[in-house]
Amino acid sequence: MDSDEIRRAVTRMFHEILERNHGADGLLLAGIRTRGVPLAERLAEQIRQAENVTVPVGRLDINLYRDDLSERPRMRIRPTTMPVDVAGRTVVLVDDVLYTGRTVRAAMDAISDLGRPLRIQATALVDRGHRELPIRADFVGKNIPTRQMELVRVRFNETDGIDDVCILERGTA
Amino acid sequence: MVATVANDNELFQGNAVPVPGLRRHVLDLDDFTAEEITATLDNAAAMRAVLERDVKKVPALRGRVIMTLFYEASTRTRISFEEAGKILSADVINMTASASSIEKGESLLNTGLTLQAMGVDVIVIRHPHAGAPHFLARNLKNVAVINAGDGAHAHPTQGLLDLYTARDHLGGLAGHKVVIVGDVLHSRVARSAVWGFAKAGARVILSGPPTLMPDPLTPGGWGTTGNNGVANPLANVSIEPSLDAAIEGADLVMALRLQSERQQRGFFPSLREYIRRWQVNDQRMARANPNALLMHPGPMNEGIEVSSGLAHGERSLIEEQVTNGVAIRMALLYQLAGAVAVEN
Repeated sequence: MDSDEIRRAVTRMFHEILERNHGADGLLLAGIRTRGVPLAERLAEQIRQAENVTVPVGRLDINLYRDDLSERPRMRIRPTTMPVDVAGRTVVLVDDVLYTGRTVRAAMDAISDLGRPLRIQATALVDRGHRELPIRADFVGKNIPTRQMELVRVRFNETDGIDDVCILERGTA
Repeated sequence: MVATVANDNELFQGNAVPVPGLRRHVLDLDDFTAEEITATLDNAAAMRAVLERDVKKVPALRGRVIMTLFYEASTRTRISFEEAGKILSADVINMTASASSIEKGESLLNTGLTLQAMGVDVIVIRHPHAGAPHFLARNLKNVAVINAGDGAHAHPTQGLLDLYTARDHLGGLAGHKVVIVGDVLHSRVARSAVWGFAKAGARVILSGPPTLMPDPLTPGGWGTTGNNGVANPLANVSIEPSLDAAIEGADLVMALRLQSERQQRGFFPSLREYIRRWQVNDQRMARANPNALLMHPGPMNEGIEVSSGLAHGERSLIEEQVTNGVAIRMALLYQLAGAVAVEN
């Protein structure tokens, strides 16, 4: 995906989010660090332009909720910040790639520790399949079938200086 | 479009910047790089945010067993480790030397091997003898060891919480002037703090009775370059026995606990003289920078090394040090408990 395709996908996703939730009332976009955050901010910006309402954007660090601490080296953890209380809100989790579903599970646990939201929905720019948990995204930018050997790399201007999505071969470098 | 990379997919997409240095144990700050110190303080900042929540519990260390093994009395350090472990959902077991087989003469090595056989993942040890944590770390294959104070040698978690507190309030550490006053010679707190502040680029002045100052001529210790011509981080550390001179322009003053038994052993003539020349009080703080801050590792002798008014005043960070201590220990436990499993 190039930057135009990403832009069009984000445009469709924000429309779907508003349609499903009958507007922007009570929404909270929770970007999962790192690249869920710029995506959540883009969705919020588009909603602001289209509907003239400001949807709060939170940042979620889910490292403390992962179930695979033992399989990975020590990570840097960053603060989870929510501009508003999650209680009673519709929390839309925003991530760049949906893969095993473990990140979304961890994010749901993290949200639940902050309060009791009205409901939680999940958004991903790319759904690459290979779920290991009974989790699906409510809003998807693009479904990209992959082999497990492959990687999906998403880059955003805000974090990487360029907008693109590529499929890469794992581990031969 | 196909390219090749070495990264694991989740690492690639996630929030995954590893902490530099695949550390197994925390024994002192002398083997921490400046980058690792910064990464640890950053993680502690995230942990601090967890401490401020209504629900102070995250599942990060579920199923891990942490043992606190204390051969010396302690309140804040032991409880702080226990709280840190419990907030991270680890199981924490406390053992004190006075109520265990150690009373029956069990050696440190056998105690360590026993705990290892029971499946303990992390041992937090305080011991009156310098080097005891290093000894355990050398002899236990499957356990991470954290030094919670060994003799007069090191107290790295205290050093890190001091760095965190200072960085939080000064906005950074490099270039700031830090005065550490008191019994530096016998202080493991000072020894670790000196390493930490010096590595972070602060200017450190040690002050106190000349009999309680470390010897700058100790081999391998001081000077502009260390072994092999590598820049010595201690080059920014100096001694100024007069506190009135040392405190001039200081950004941070750390008062150390004065143990009264030092007087009986002749290190200084009288408490009254110590108070007159080395107590940190309002008059002395007036010589420091206008916003200078006060720290103390506790437990305090109020009215001796620090005046009560100052200790409980606006410039005092003493209670905040305690809170930050929990956050720092959470960060270290998280970083270590992950590493144990990776290496096994």
